[in-house]
Amino acid sequence: MSLLIESEISAASATSGEDAEVVVRLTDASVEYRAPRERIRSFKEYAIRLLQGRVEHEEFKALREVSLEIREGEVFGIIGHNGAGKSTLLKIVSRVMKPTRGRVWVKGRVAPLLELGAGFHPELSGRENVFLNGTLLGYTHAEMEARFDEIVDFAELWDFVDAPLRTYSTGMAVRLGFAVATATRPDILIIDEVLAVGDEQFQEKCTARMKGFRQSGTTILLVTHNSSVVVRMCDRAAWLDHGQLRAVGDPQTVIDQYHQAYHPAI
Amino acid sequence: MAARSNSATARSRKSEEKPIYDSAERRLPLIEELRELARYRDLLVQLIARNIKTRYKRSALGILWTMLNPLLMMVVLTFVFSAVFRFQTTHYAAYALAGLSLWNFFAQTTTGAMSELIWGGSLMNRIYLPRAIFAFTALGTGLVNLLLSLVPLFAIMIVTGVPIRPAILILPLPIILTAMFALGVALILSRVAAYFADVMEMYQILLMAWMYLTPVIYPKEIIPESYRWLFNLNPMYHLLEIFRAPLYVGWFAGVKTMAAAAVASILTLAFGWWYFSRKADELAYRI
Repeated sequence: MSLLIESEISAASATSGEDAEVVVRLTDASVEYRAPRERIRSFKEYAIRLLQGRVEHEEFKALREVSLEIREGEVFGIIGHNGAGKSTLLKIVSRVMKPTRGRVWVKGRVAPLLELGAGFHPELSGRENVFLNGTLLGYTHAEMEARFDEIVDFAELWDFVDAPLRTYSTGMAVRLGFAVATATRPDILIIDEVLAVGDEQFQEKCTARMKGFRQSGTTILLVTHNSSVVVRMCDRAAWLDHGQLRAVGDPQTVIDQYHQAYHPAI
Repeated sequence: MAARSNSATARSRKSEEKPIYDSAERRLPLIEELRELARYRDLLVQLIARNIKTRYKRSALGILWTMLNPLLMMVVLTFVFSAVFRFQTTHYAAYALAGLSLWNFFAQTTTGAMSELIWGGSLMNRIYLPRAIFAFTALGTGLVNLLLSLVPLFAIMIVTGVPIRPAILILPLPIILTAMFALGVALILSRVAAYFADVMEMYQILLMAWMYLTPVIYPKEIIPESYRWLFNLNPMYHLLEIFRAPLYVGWFAGVKTMAAAAVASILTLAFGWWYFSRKADELAYRI
């Protein structure tokens, strides 16, 4: 009986589980870089300090030997304090950064869902921005052409599609950004903080689209500060602390460990 | 059960096409960056189109402005040099305009590469983009503007009676060589500008000094003979010579000049590409 309930709850992620294929594999992945102790932004200052012998470098370890496997169709949450390496982990998966040691192996198309509409140009029309944003995300012009109508349909912006983006409200721009970013189902979707997009009705549409992705086998990597979101949405979770992986597993267990470590009194 | 195995076969069929990224594959950054640029060529077109469109969207004169701008500059220079300094240069207008067109192409490309990279910095922090795309965007934008500026140049040549000779058919060569040189310099500057924000300001000053040390708007004859050999050290001098000779003299520049321009351009591009691509991965967390 309890098994039945269990399967009902996880119905959305029918493809995940022990038998599902590994799509993200980190093997002892470390990211460390040498940066000046104080950030020197000007060449003049750097030259002067160099002459005075006052340039001190510091090894900054954003990730320390993290090993992790994420399977197809999983919703995987990542929790931790600010600067714990959560974003760095997302970055090495989405190829923004390379691990300085260790290995990252990713199978499938990775799409980041963050900062919707980054790269939009205010003087260009909605139409022009769809193509600019789409190609920034790695689509070809032909792919964008094929999806253009569906994107504008989803964003509900047919009346404004040829108006410059600076005339759009924030909500409209974010809707367009979301529609472009989710125009095709990615194999791996990366979400840095859950976004509230537009009004309630549009949010429902977004949630429905995400659910659709999940049901079709998209793996979701989610970074958030909100532990209730992790428990509600994720199949598994990982806790990062100062770049180190402290725990991986059942979301509730990981969240409990995380809270224990920081608020032992509770 | 049946549904499950169905979806499993569907999955395995799909998975054959899935791209695989493996950080352990050590490809040569030099080649890797080129491969990625080819994959993102549609983005390159979009970025160049954005630059051209946004530059003119808000101005009433539109694209005409690109052509008018060097013309006005030329009018000022012609006045200053022929009326104030009293140079005896025949067809000074065509001479200066040809020089300015090529110099502006170089200046715009190298400066543009840095501002594009700084603009793209926040994007590169979030999504993967080939890092060199910004330098190529600046180059493409510069090329479009150069081609547009050839229209007023030919107009001035016709109006002031400079004969247009078949030698102009060689013009693609100096343009390509200048593009290579500009791209090389742009890549070197981009990497440095990613570390230090003030490089761009310092470069503006350097660029101005460089322009006045190069015979762009003045004839090289005004420099005393004994110092003129110094021009040979300046790649832009050779590039200007081979660009301007077919227009202004109606014949090709000397073989030595062409060889010097070609060697300087190829070496600069090769060094710039190597220098930029070997640290390309680091740029994302430097900007």
